Amino acid sequence: MKLRNGLMAAVAVAALAVAAPAKAETFKFAFQGDLSSLDPHSLNESFLLGTLGNVYEGLVLYDEDMNVVPGLAESWELVKPTTWKFNLRKGVKFHEGQDFTADDVIFSWQRAGSKGSDQKTRAGKISNITKVDDYTILVDTPAPNPILVRDLNFLYIMDKEWSEANGTTNATSATGDDKGNFANLNSNGTGPFKVKSNQADVKTVLVRNDNYWKDIPSNVTDIEFTPIKEAATRVAALVSGELDLVYPVPVQDWQRLEEAKGVNALAGPEARTIFFGMDQSRDELLYSNIKGKNPFKDIRVRQAMAHALNLDAIKQKVMRNAATPAGLMVAPQINGFNEALNLPYEYNPEKAKSLLAEAGYPDGFDVTIDCPNNRYVNDEKICQAAASMWAKIGVNVEVLAQPKSKYFGKVLETGGYDTSFYLLGWTPGTMDSENVLSSLIACQNKETKRGLFNLGNYCNPKIDELAAAVGSETDQDKRNAMISEAFDILKNEYGYMPIHQQPLSWGVSDRVKVNQRADNILDYRYVIVK
Amino acid sequence: MIAFIFKRLLQSVVVMLTVALIAFAMFRFVGDPVNNMVGQDTTDTERAQLAESLGLNDPFIVQFGRFAFNAMRGDFGISYKYRRPVSELILERLSATLELSFVSAVLALVVGIPLGVYTALRSKGIISKGIMVLSLMGVSLPTFLIGILLILLFGVVLRWLPTFGRGDVVDIYGWWTTGFLTVSGLKSLILPSITLAIFQLTLIMRLVRAEMLEVLRTDFVKFARARGLPDRAVHFKHALKNTLVPVITITGLQLGALIAFAIITESVFQWPGMGLLFIQAVADVDIPIMAAYLVLIAFFFVVINMVVDILYYAVDPRLRADAAV
Repeated sequence: MKLRNGLMAAVAVAALAVAAPAKAETFKFAFQGDLSSLDPHSLNESFLLGTLGNVYEGLVLYDEDMNVVPGLAESWELVKPTTWKFNLRKGVKFHEGQDFTADDVIFSWQRAGSKGSDQKTRAGKISNITKVDDYTILVDTPAPNPILVRDLNFLYIMDKEWSEANGTTNATSATGDDKGNFANLNSNGTGPFKVKSNQADVKTVLVRNDNYWKDIPSNVTDIEFTPIKEAATRVAALVSGELDLVYPVPVQDWQRLEEAKGVNALAGPEARTIFFGMDQSRDELLYSNIKGKNPFKDIRVRQAMAHALNLDAIKQKVMRNAATPAGLMVAPQINGFNEALNLPYEYNPEKAKSLLAEAGYPDGFDVTIDCPNNRYVNDEKICQAAASMWAKIGVNVEVLAQPKSKYFGKVLETGGYDTSFYLLGWTPGTMDSENVLSSLIACQNKETKRGLFNLGNYCNPKIDELAAAVGSETDQDKRNAMISEAFDILKNEYGYMPIHQQPLSWGVSDRVKVNQRADNILDYRYVIVK
Repeated sequence: MIAFIFKRLLQSVVVMLTVALIAFAMFRFVGDPVNNMVGQDTTDTERAQLAESLGLNDPFIVQFGRFAFNAMRGDFGISYKYRRPVSELILERLSATLELSFVSAVLALVVGIPLGVYTALRSKGIISKGIMVLSLMGVSLPTFLIGILLILLFGVVLRWLPTFGRGDVVDIYGWWTTGFLTVSGLKSLILPSITLAIFQLTLIMRLVRAEMLEVLRTDFVKFARARGLPDRAVHFKHALKNTLVPVITITGLQLGALIAFAIITESVFQWPGMGLLFIQAVADVDIPIMAAYLVLIAFFFVVINMVVDILYYAVDPRLRADAAV
């Protein structure tokens, strides 16, 4: 990781030194999905946000390693526990020439909180913005929030005048009128690239913004993005030399890429943790042959399930050695990660069997696991492999694998948490453990909107307390100690069974150098054509 | 004649309504579109609001009634995913699919008919046997596999032709885009159109061959030969002409099939046509696009069928006699 970044930096410097701005360098890439909108507040999805992050920008930016660096804000400081002061960058212009000022920030925050926006959660982290002068703002948060800036990276700033002139003061919503929302099809940001044309699902062309305020390593002048749905077609287009980058690449095609000339597989670890969760709140499981009680409420059963899992076998057989087995619910890239706690539960089927017998299930039991089959890398295969491991201790797990639209409709809150046992993956958008604690581990609470993705409702009030404290503690060391304490409790109670961090899987031509960010986002600022 | 057409029209309306109903009903069980429209952190209240504003909470019959009424006016609603009118999205893709289907149909006819004639006339020859074996492969290999094999050979190994997309296109009349006028557009057409044509081509070839063999055994061909007409006149003026009647019927019907089955070819080659739009919509549970596509395809079939029926009526006197009874 470190070495790669070192190389990156060296190449970047070299590229800067020789970059002849007049020379046209085109970078062509394909992704499995498409850019469904140009409105930065329309959909909270990582490909859309990642792509538009080259056109629009937030007050802060992520660097190659996802550290927060100044963006449209030059600096920021905490003036009160619930108030931040941001000094905005002067001299930044939007693509169409408008000046960037405090009014644009306030407008964009309001727009992100408007009806139809899918960025309401991020906008909601701010309760008020006060304009001090054109380049200084005071930002109030509803509660002390030490990691506010981490939420500002994806909160993109639009130009107020432009939006008002074009009648797009509200975010594009799915039920928009027939004319459609102007910002859905047009863009005007401050980023290093401008959208030249965007034909949904066909092709998106971007060109370099020559007036970009920052020096960036990239020497690319034109970018062509094509969505290619079929994995085989995507890989063929890379191998044939028509494209410079394709992602994702199926894990089983890596070898083919390594053998082909001029292309390589790029497989860094993703910040997403894949895990199994169990219903620990209902008195009787919805999908099990055990009636009248819920075996997962017994910690010995949860221990047995965890010790029956051979994560190394899943890594080798299912993931072709490309996954990192995990013992923690967060990846190493996430703030609050603790190496000491990341040791996976020991694989010990004998122990698992005796624990199961102790708990009163010497012959095991039946249960159904819900599993997506097109959301995570080899998701269905992981469930099947795990089911065969549980079968060895007598627990008969039936795998119900469904496409993500069906799966999420069943297991999430909207489906009434209709599951007994499930596989899920999670990347905290803020790259901080607090998001995992409050969304996945805190007790379900509809009023406070905490624990809403804790589908099996594992619940420990002590963790709730810690999660709340972590949310407002501003001392970094104290904060991390509390995060570790919460994760330690979770681990000892076998509340979840972490599986692994899945690999990112990109196919890259030798012609280009790219930075593979841990949240699977391609930042054009670091794309260099050799 | 007018009564016949009217009866046909009435039947078509019933067919269209049924297709619309089936399509609409089926899609209600594909999954919850809201999950694809929002991100991982979106709260339940926001999801519920979205479902309400999309009218997803209304009774089934109300939703269908709204859909059918709007569809008649060419309004298929707003795509959940693209947040743009579906009719606009489909119109943008129509030219890509029609051009691909047209080239494939021409290819299937221009290659299929001569090959069929040849294999019928030289049915014992080595070349004919070879063609027949190959055609068996063409009929039995799945389109997906043929496409991937062609991509591998001509795109990856030989690098002669592009592996995906439509190349550069030119706008005509504002909404019709064509790939016929650029080199990259023409090059991009080759592999997908062959892939799409192969099944039809082998079908037409086998049909022509079978019909031709049949006709060559009939008395009037024997008489023609007895009259001392040259082979060419017998084969092409007498035999082939009589063979073509069923071929034209089948071709007409297959034209609809070409447009409908372009889905697979389009997704293998990332051809930006209606089929690709549909497949993507299925994955995203974008009900307005799916419904519009199915209704449109049904409409194509109904129109083609009706034209064929009317042609029959005009050509075949026996139909007229039946109708009189």
